[in-house]
Amino acid sequence: MAIVETRDIRKHFGEVRAVDGVSIATMDREFLVLLGPSGCGKTTLLRMIAGLERPTSGDILIGDQVVTELSPRERKTAMVFQSYALYPHMTVFNNIAFPLKAQGFPGGDIGRKVEWAASMFGIEKLLDRKPRALSGGERQRVALARAMVRDPSVFLLDEPLSNLDAKLRNSAREELQQFQRQVGTTTIYVTHDQVEAMGLGDRIAVMERGVVRQLGTPQEVYDDPADTFVAGFLGSPPMNLVDRQGEIVGFRPEKLLPKTVFQAQEGLIPLRFHVTRVENLGADRLIYGTLGDPFPDAKAIANLPYTLPGRIRPGEIHDFALREKDLRFFDRATGLKIPRNPAVERK
Amino acid sequence: MSVLEREMPAPPRKKGRLALYLDDDRRLGRTMLAPAVLYIVLLVGFPFLLALYYSVSDVTVGARELSFVGLENFRRALRNPTFLTALKNTFIFTIVSQIVVVVLAKALALAFMKEFRGKRLVRFLVLLPWVAPISLGAIGWLWTLDSVYSVINWTLRDLGLLAPGTWPIWLGQPTLAMASVVTVHVWRLLPLATVIILAGLTSIPQDLHDAAEMDGAGAFRHLFQVTVPLVLPIMLVAVLFGLVFTFTDMIVIYVLTRGGPFDTTQVLASYAYFTGIDGGDLAGGSAIALFLFPVLAAAAILILRLARRTEVT
Repeated sequence: MAIVETRDIRKHFGEVRAVDGVSIATMDREFLVLLGPSGCGKTTLLRMIAGLERPTSGDILIGDQVVTELSPRERKTAMVFQSYALYPHMTVFNNIAFPLKAQGFPGGDIGRKVEWAASMFGIEKLLDRKPRALSGGERQRVALARAMVRDPSVFLLDEPLSNLDAKLRNSAREELQQFQRQVGTTTIYVTHDQVEAMGLGDRIAVMERGVVRQLGTPQEVYDDPADTFVAGFLGSPPMNLVDRQGEIVGFRPEKLLPKTVFQAQEGLIPLRFHVTRVENLGADRLIYGTLGDPFPDAKAIANLPYTLPGRIRPGEIHDFALREKDLRFFDRATGLKIPRNPAVERK
Repeated sequence: MSVLEREMPAPPRKKGRLALYLDDDRRLGRTMLAPAVLYIVLLVGFPFLLALYYSVSDVTVGARELSFVGLENFRRALRNPTFLTALKNTFIFTIVSQIVVVVLAKALALAFMKEFRGKRLVRFLVLLPWVAPISLGAIGWLWTLDSVYSVINWTLRDLGLLAPGTWPIWLGQPTLAMASVVTVHVWRLLPLATVIILAGLTSIPQDLHDAAEMDGAGAFRHLFQVTVPLVLPIMLVAVLFGLVFTFTDMIVIYVLTRGGPFDTTQVLASYAYFTGIDGGDLAGGSAIALFLFPVLAAAAILILRLARRTEVT
């Protein structure tokens, strides 16, 4: 199987530094997600790995072999595009068969392989149709079948679920993950959707402005963000970031809870929470407000599960609390995480 | 005026007659369509009906009365060897020039998809023949292909590429004359076809080209299995336009060869003109010209169907 590695890879379009020195390596059979806001360089990075874009500098390795100068066909990578990019003038069969024909497979093999790939995604009955006559979900399956039919060493997926409606996206996500586990092909998946990233990825690379801010498991990236960007990008609502004595303190909204919820008083920071707004989201309640000591006048959001009893109304002041170990600290100038034992001096 | 009065909204002014008229979509639409309809009726519809009428009569230039002769004019045309040559030539010119145009236009359009130095200048030069009036262009070609002063011949001679004793008379030898006429047609139609195909090429999403590359398609497979099939509908539009232009054109023939030598480059349009206007046989000329009609009608139907289909998808 294959490990994909980039070494200080850069892509500059004139003055714009789309990708600005990225060094990451996948693990074998891994599902790696490139996550970031639009324009962060994740798609450019994927296209360079695919061979569709030539890096300005740096190297790309697939399975220990430098492929920087190789064409896409020589890299044995397969890609699924956001638009699926099915050939509109070909039937589903011919779409799936196209890469096989390009590789010069004999006719009989092509038929068998197409049938196999189609059955994998449950689209055997659609083989005679043109893409125009397919639904969004069916097109996505055809695109996946076309990508996997030739046993690529690496799968590259560029926001393949973003054109599906929300309901379909959930089931497609599940199928995609099952399928990847089944074939065990190293997969790099680009998305701007953090839910997709958290749900699908073995690891997530969070990108911003052409660089990777953090590479880690979903848990690591969420619980222990490397900088304020990652802290603010992941989670909905994102991590509360509060200025205090020259550093930035971060804590997740779901960690800010009424004081009565906590059993042990050990390591607990009690604070007053002046509620300004309440949003009821069904399963959760979002409480907007300002904090008292030790974060005077800092705006914060608390995320309370609906199962938590108690009425909270705008204008009220409640006793909330935070656990010291849930606090994260960031450098005010660089935004980078300050690694240290959480020790908050109590006043 | 009191304060109260001033604060009251002004009563709606009575709309002028023109404003009322302009507000009525149906009437306004008809008005705006009228010039086009008038133009078609007067300059296309009426002459066409007149041609139909003439073609079944024995009218001549200067005749004061005419009588109905049935299909005699058509019968006469079909027995006339010059007419048959003209019919054949019309198809040859149209088909050969269209094949050449499509191949060259496709190549040019593909070249224009790439970035290169001086692209704008080249594009301007390629488009130039389309902007130039066809009659002026044809006169230019007349000089270029002149039997004595042909710049082509003198250049070839000075380069030593012309064997001693040979001196091609471009417009005077049957095969060369036909080749010359085709060349001028190609020269004239290439810009339009290039622009149309270029539009078709740019409308193909980049993702499809990327997908073909990811799927490992080589240059040939990419071109003939992805790019060409996708521009085919729009290419057909270019072909149909070119077909109509070439099929009905008589200026190139009129300026360059007048159908000669010995009617070898005669086409339906030019022959209809020579018979009907120069020869004074309006009835015969009309009949000849009407032979263009079935082909043009078929082309028009195809164009309209294509236009509708591209709208839907």
